[in-house]
Amino acid sequence: MDIKNIKTEFPIFQQKIKDKPLVYLDSANSSQKPKQVIDRLSSFYQTEYSNIGRSVHSLAVKATNRFEETRDIVKNYINAKHREEIIFTKGATESINLVASSFGESFINKDDEIIVSELEHHSNYVPWHFLRKKKGAIIKFAQVNINGEIEIDEIKKLITNKTKIIAITHLSNVTGAIVPIKKIVDLVKSKNIAVLVDGTQGAPHLQIDMQELGCDFYAISCHKMYGPNGLGILYAKKKWVDILPPYQGGGGMINEVKKDEITFADSPTKFEAGTLQTAEVVAFSESINFIKKLGIKNILNHESEILEYGLEKLKKNNSVNIIGDPKERGSIICFTIKGIHPHDIATILDDDGVAIRAGHHCCQIFHDKIGVAATARASIGVYNTKEDMDILCKAVENCKKVFQI
Amino acid sequence: MELKELYQEIILDHGKNPRNKGACKNYSHDAQGHNPLCGDKVHIFAKIDNDKNILDLSFEGEGCAISLASASILTDTLKGKDLTLTKSITKSFLDMIKSKTKISLNSLTEDQKTTIKSLSGVQEFPMRVKCATMAWHTLLSAIESKDK
Repeated sequence: MDIKNIKTEFPIFQQKIKDKPLVYLDSANSSQKPKQVIDRLSSFYQTEYSNIGRSVHSLAVKATNRFEETRDIVKNYINAKHREEIIFTKGATESINLVASSFGESFINKDDEIIVSELEHHSNYVPWHFLRKKKGAIIKFAQVNINGEIEIDEIKKLITNKTKIIAITHLSNVTGAIVPIKKIVDLVKSKNIAVLVDGTQGAPHLQIDMQELGCDFYAISCHKMYGPNGLGILYAKKKWVDILPPYQGGGGMINEVKKDEITFADSPTKFEAGTLQTAEVVAFSESINFIKKLGIKNILNHESEILEYGLEKLKKNNSVNIIGDPKERGSIICFTIKGIHPHDIATILDDDGVAIRAGHHCCQIFHDKIGVAATARASIGVYNTKEDMDILCKAVENCKKVFQI
Repeated sequence: MELKELYQEIILDHGKNPRNKGACKNYSHDAQGHNPLCGDKVHIFAKIDNDKNILDLSFEGEGCAISLASASILTDTLKGKDLTLTKSITKSFLDMIKSKTKISLNSLTEDQKTTIKSLSGVQEFPMRVKCATMAWHTLLSAIESKDK
């Protein structure tokens, strides 16, 4: 596989949008799927499908094996120490809700403090807000700087002896800023403070090594990693999965159920109530195979090249304002055009086959801070090319023509 | 070309220079609309007399060209009308956008008809329909709201 021609691995690019080639710049929203992932979904349903972990028949054995093999593949890919640290969820949102619920239940009480940042996606704020309501906890916001970054000192000054957890993004879905997670982990190492990383945007683009990062929790969204929809992963350090209470109750997660007493299974089963997304989990192994075959470092280099090229080119357009200027930036360009609302930009770009997203990108806190209700976002995936950026810039020019400015 | 249908001169004009912007003096009714998906906001203000005539009508809001133009056209078209007519024109407008039916707007001038029909371009852009209809739904809420 050649990264320069990787579009051919993605069947979606065979179609035209409004008679033009599809320029897909919405990967931060959801990535497209390579053929090997789509094929794996199909072949699993055709030859191996059954529910897992319950029945003893041959198909159940096959399906269970494929499912659990994927857990090992994920464990190895993110370099977790133990397989029971890998919990399948329905998305990064559920991964964070699981921690807010189970960790919050056991370890957060009235007046305890939770640190988040002003860059967080709603999915890494709203679950903590529930906890604030339920337990009377306090949420503190680490301030974003003028470049759209979170500086380590901003976090440092919020830490008190009441701080219980720091929940922070790895890579901002608006400014693209890469947050120095390792420094945050080092900062709280000697303190009894957990670190949860929202890796929704980080995992598809950066090399993630749980033992090196040292965080307590890491939330992954599989559909942004060239994988199937409706699937997420929570990495939770062994010391936590052993003591945290279950998240949801149901089949599969129990040890013994009596009328007056219920005991629970060990992790990860404890946190995986009900029938999970079997085929999606199995097919996700192919997403990781795809990424591994290309090499995440090569993917990052390729995407950085496209990103830099696109940024430079967009900056030359005087009507375009780029949101944020982080030193370490990954895969995301949010922008506005003077005199044209981002929704109109998105509609006009679509006419040129260019798919972007417009809105507040589930980051109202940040948009309020910069005083902009909505931005247009072009986000880059492995399949994007410099030519895509050329088409984007031309389409941006066309917006001005349509609006006669 | 569909895009030109959407961004007609009339819409661009109303989008860039919205009419009746800002709360009108001594308004008696108001309501706010909000689209949480895109963050568009509109606030409609109406001054309605005892005979149920809309003496003044205005809006505040932020959003795309379509939503601003729609609110602007709404206030321009319905200012001075009575409530019965206002409701019937609003219903006709919403029917036009949703079911693509041709509407009769007998009570309006030719200019007003052309203006209001310029918004029908959103029919081809399902994701943008709400931009065009939000102000009109908000107007209905404002009319139903309690007299201040």
